[in-house]
Amino acid sequence: MDAQLPGKSPALAARGVSKSFDGRQALGGVDFEVGPGEVVALIGPNGAGKTTLLSILAGISEPDSGEVEGEGVAWVPQQAALYRRLSVRENLILFARLQHDAGQTSEKPEAMVARMLELTGLGDRADDRVGTLSGGNQQRVNIAIGLMAGPSVLLLDEPSVGLDPAQRERLWTFILGLVAAGTALAFSTHDIQEAERYAERIVVVAEGERIFNGTADELRRAVESGRPDDLESSFLSYLRSRGH
Amino acid sequence: MRWLLLKDLQILRRSPLQLALLVIYPIVIALLVGFAMTRDSEQTKVALYNAMPASEPLGFGGEEVDGNEIRDQLCERVECLEADSTGQARNMVESGEATAAVILPEDTGDRIRSLASLNPDPPVIQIIVNGSDTVENQVTDDQIEAMLGEANLLLAKRLSEGAKEYLDLILQGGSFEFFGQEIEVLGLQKSEQILKKIEPKVPAGTDRQELERAIRFAGLATDNLDLAGPLLTAISEPIRADKVEVGDEAPSLDTFAIGVTVAFALMFMTVLLVAGSMALEREENAFTRLTAGLVSRLQILMAKVGLGTVVGFCISLILLVGLGLFVGIEWGRAPYWLLALVFGAAAFAAAGSALGAAAREIRAATLAAVMICLPVALLSLIPDDAVGPAIETAINLGSAIFPFRPTLDAITGGLEVSGSGIWLSLLHLTLLTGAYGALARLALRRF
Repeated sequence: MDAQLPGKSPALAARGVSKSFDGRQALGGVDFEVGPGEVVALIGPNGAGKTTLLSILAGISEPDSGEVEGEGVAWVPQQAALYRRLSVRENLILFARLQHDAGQTSEKPEAMVARMLELTGLGDRADDRVGTLSGGNQQRVNIAIGLMAGPSVLLLDEPSVGLDPAQRERLWTFILGLVAAGTALAFSTHDIQEAERYAERIVVVAEGERIFNGTADELRRAVESGRPDDLESSFLSYLRSRGH
Repeated sequence: MRWLLLKDLQILRRSPLQLALLVIYPIVIALLVGFAMTRDSEQTKVALYNAMPASEPLGFGGEEVDGNEIRDQLCERVECLEADSTGQARNMVESGEATAAVILPEDTGDRIRSLASLNPDPPVIQIIVNGSDTVENQVTDDQIEAMLGEANLLLAKRLSEGAKEYLDLILQGGSFEFFGQEIEVLGLQKSEQILKKIEPKVPAGTDRQELERAIRFAGLATDNLDLAGPLLTAISEPIRADKVEVGDEAPSLDTFAIGVTVAFALMFMTVLLVAGSMALEREENAFTRLTAGLVSRLQILMAKVGLGTVVGFCISLILLVGLGLFVGIEWGRAPYWLLALVFGAAAFAAAGSALGAAAREIRAATLAAVMICLPVALLSLIPDDAVGPAIETAINLGSAIFPFRPTLDAITGGLEVSGSGIWLSLLHLTLLTGAYGALARLALRRF
């Protein structure tokens, strides 16, 4: 199964990306693309290569082979990459200054911080230490830092892991608000329901290979014995049918 | 880089315990060491029971030795506590009031006098020690040996002076008192002169030959006994020390103590702070985000070394100025010791960065910092001659590849004018900063 982006040039594309660690192949010639304003879910078993693919797409690690095309890509790590002893404002101003100095944005750091505090709805907790925030709020700050430079593509590595349903709901409301403003989104997740609920397209990766690329309905149809109302069963059946 | 440094200082400020330690630690250490250095060292307490009769003269060979003089000699290096009996002296040792007891028996005076007779019977002093403390035993033994050495030296000098007076009397003649009677001694020189005057008047023959033999003996005895005087003086103190110092001038003990204190504080605070701060970047998951196009690994490393240099310099400066209130520090040499503190702090910060980057976790980095710093620093303080050549080489190598010894040398060199000055140490520290920086950069590749 391999869906193409109809009539759109991708905001971010990877072609034949391979990566090995200590002789073990993590990715083997994977293609991946995200269209402008599109939301793509990246799912797969543990160790499938999802985080490796996202880090290569974000330019954090170099692929052994293959190429990545795309500009204005922001990456948000799975665990909040924040200084817990600093306040929300101090974290935001630090990364705003670094992004400004790195030439990623010409916006003044103080203006960026004000914008992000408004976007996250954490203005009233701006001077609270990050360590005192809930996991959901920490993740909002974490994502806000990724959004500071106004990226065209946002890469989220398991953004809702460890959050309770209410926190997850608030986080996705926040994320979908960004998507509505035109930001393309690719996120990895283990939660199949989350993928179906928020993503327009699903990419399945297993053992370093892309084995599915399409919509949730296409994934259901790809499995003959799968129950039409249960995407998780369809996903597992699909993995088994492909020998994973 | 400045934003990273500012961030680290903000994080530091947010940890009240860490901040308090950084401020209070050097002040407390300065107070403790300062008081210790300015307070007179406590002398060993020794109980002394003198059973000799108080008014007994200790004259021998025309020389008088005062009983109090012997007591003062014994008590020169220790604090003597007077005891009224042997039992009381023993109790003082058993109770810990005194480290040891010295008993001067009743016959000490007689025995000292006998030293100048044909049947010398040296006095025996009784020593009582508490044998329950191994280290204290050794110290006490050394102290008592020193005490007896002083007393023996005094007696030996007096004995040789007495013997020399006897010799002079035999040689040159004179008078001395014996059992209250003045006795006149002719002396060998005068005897020879008299005999020489008589010799021409004695007719040649057997009597004249006997007289000539007596004159030759008197002359020979006079010549040889003349040498006995200096010999006796030499025997009383056979070996004298003439100390000549070669090599670089060593710093004074006060300067060395200040240097060790400051170098230890600088080492622990800087290495622990920087190693922990570096590991924190990974534990907070921030390192990957920072290096994703915002700053380079080298910039992060430089920020950490900068943090350690700034904080380490401030701590050691507070400590040094604090110590300066107690002991004399040459403020005119401030540019030199300030340089030593900056270079030392930078080298320790680079070493801390390497440890933090290699350990990757705060706990592991802290443990590694303590386990490496402490033994290497202590080994650096072992004098070269105290160990065999192989161990000496190993210690010197260990000391050379860790910043403690060169920092100590730079600080003491900065505080005092010393032979090689501080420039070699500063160069050494610069090389170590570069080497540890390179190691840290290497470790950051897999951070």
